[in-house]
Amino acid sequence: MKVARTGNEAFAEAMRQINPDVVAAYPITPATEIVQIFSQFVADGLVKTEFVAVESEHSAMSACIGASASGVRAMTGTSSQGLALMWEMLYIAAGLRLPIIMSVVNRTLSSPINIHCDHSDTIGARDSGWIQLFSENVQEAYDNLIQAVRIAEHPDVKLPVMATTDGFILSHCLETMDMLLDEDVQAFVGEPPERPNLIKSVKDGKPITLGALDLQDYYFEHKRQSAEGMFNAKKVIPEIGKEFGQKFGRTYTFFEEYRMDDAEAVVIVMGSTTGTAKDVVDVMREEGKKIGILKLRVYRPFPAEELARVLKGKKAIGVMDRAEGMSATTGPVYPDICAALYDIPEGRPLLLDYIYGLGGRDVTKEDIRYICEEILKTADTGKKDYTLKYVGVRE
Amino acid sequence: MPTLKQLAKREEHFVSGHRLCGGCGAGLVARMVMLAIEKPVIVGNATGCLEVASTIFPYSAWNVPWIHSAFENVAATVSGIEAAYRSLKRQGKIDKDIVFVALGGDGGTYDIGLQSLSGAAERGHKILYVCYNNEAYMNTGIQRSSATPRAAHTTTSPLGKVIPGKVQFPKDLPSIMVAHNIPYVATSIPGRWNDLVNKVEKAVTFDGFTFIDVLTPCRLGWPHEPELTMEISRLAVETCIWPLYEVVEGKYRLTYRPKEKKPVVEWFKPQRRFAHLFKPENQQLLEDIQKEIDKRWESLLKKCEG
Repeated sequence: MKVARTGNEAFAEAMRQINPDVVAAYPITPATEIVQIFSQFVADGLVKTEFVAVESEHSAMSACIGASASGVRAMTGTSSQGLALMWEMLYIAAGLRLPIIMSVVNRTLSSPINIHCDHSDTIGARDSGWIQLFSENVQEAYDNLIQAVRIAEHPDVKLPVMATTDGFILSHCLETMDMLLDEDVQAFVGEPPERPNLIKSVKDGKPITLGALDLQDYYFEHKRQSAEGMFNAKKVIPEIGKEFGQKFGRTYTFFEEYRMDDAEAVVIVMGSTTGTAKDVVDVMREEGKKIGILKLRVYRPFPAEELARVLKGKKAIGVMDRAEGMSATTGPVYPDICAALYDIPEGRPLLLDYIYGLGGRDVTKEDIRYICEEILKTADTGKKDYTLKYVGVRE
Repeated sequence: MPTLKQLAKREEHFVSGHRLCGGCGAGLVARMVMLAIEKPVIVGNATGCLEVASTIFPYSAWNVPWIHSAFENVAATVSGIEAAYRSLKRQGKIDKDIVFVALGGDGGTYDIGLQSLSGAAERGHKILYVCYNNEAYMNTGIQRSSATPRAAHTTTSPLGKVIPGKVQFPKDLPSIMVAHNIPYVATSIPGRWNDLVNKVEKAVTFDGFTFIDVLTPCRLGWPHEPELTMEISRLAVETCIWPLYEVVEGKYRLTYRPKEKKPVVEWFKPQRRFAHLFKPENQQLLEDIQKEIDKRWESLLKKCEG
């Protein structure tokens, strides 16, 4: 059914259709509406959810951990400082192998305080053991959150998942999207597979201990098992994406290749900027310029081999990094791409990095055109003059 | 109220094999709290001595479902478990009654966990929160907390040439919990098993958040001879440093009144963290402490009479 929804509305509607047992959340701009709308669903009796209006994001994630450890489906949503406050608990949720689902609205981190989009919050949590899905538009955000349930709860994965939108650009932007029927979403997500959990252990009379002290003799094995869940997610994510496509007509995998076939130059981008970049590339293609886009949807697990397979033989690649990693080298996505390309035996593309759009700085078609021209120039000359450029900043 | 004999026959929920110190009060408190609850129970534990010493993988001293997630959030974690239970109950997926217990030391309760505790109390989850209050961060090596008594030597409020131990009096957390208008708040000690067991039994009958603050001797941090654990906890009551009372729906009641109020020095004597108080130069400090304890005792008595 075609409807007009903002990113926040789409997330809230997806939550209603998923109908989780517990939601624990705390408001934060620009993600506030998600739980605000959802709490109305609770007040109107449209969901079976027990809504816990906690006193902080730290407690939101802690309560989700308690709920998920009790065997039920638990969800939350946050952004920026809220995600940062959860940071300690993100690792614990993943370490306890709890399939918690979270919508994250990407917003920069203080200081200076700013409520607008960049990816520094989500990327800051990239090593926490959460699967991270980025969305180009409202439709993808909705689709990603629904798929997130299946990915997280898959018995080979059992890791939490965050599906993200870009703050204000998607969270508050009204777009036309295809909303699925409640029963179709319910059928797709199904009942959560049974896991060992606290309440089950009461029912069975077989007590379990969760979150024990794990010292030098066991910690490493358990961490290795968590990592195995992330490796397995690389198998599961495209399977779920394919099943989603078969049922609903929109197929998903790690990334989308746009006009990549004979491209010599490629721009890699995550999130909402992709839409603008597609427009720019369409125009440049008409001008006969061989440039394509690779939109990275799955940032964790990182699809390194899969990227290397499609980027092999390209002459030059530019990464658009919407975060400043403060590494005094490049933005954070660049080193991941660099590592993915490093083992290509011959024909390794030249790699450039562009940090852009921090704190919600508008990214224009001209900015993207400039980046594309730079990548094309590098492809033409076969020589790169620099590794990093900041685009759209006064300096 | 069960007799000691009846209690001894109950199935143990906190069992032997843990690695707490000999004479540790926390293990005694955990055991008694668990013995007092006969219904199915799920326990959450904040990071601390009790947690690290009772669940060293692959062993566990917990004969009931138990979870630990972090230091400052046991109230929030158990909130989530209780919310999951409510949801399942509403959906008809469980019919058993389950009691939810959160356990934390004074660090995880008075200080870093205060926000999460307050949030869970205000939301009114049906949880019994028991603080095993050993008056400092014992797990990290005896650092001061806001529950540490005035003048006590800890590793971050050390006895120095200029400053004689902790400068402040302890925070009155039970009063803060009473101010949340929760149905039940109490203090207790391990040295009066019937007081503790009775209060736990009573607390879990209320439909809401309940809180018991249990003064729990730490033989390493206070430090004292390990065989004195129970006696020292009773001395805190006899000196009116740690009065035993309960607050039911806002109404205060003294649950034990010492026959003869002993001077505070009686409590200080067996604990080396207070040894410096017996030096002549600290005479005034000792008097100040006695005065403050008298004031707090009088104020409590007024609340109990009113």
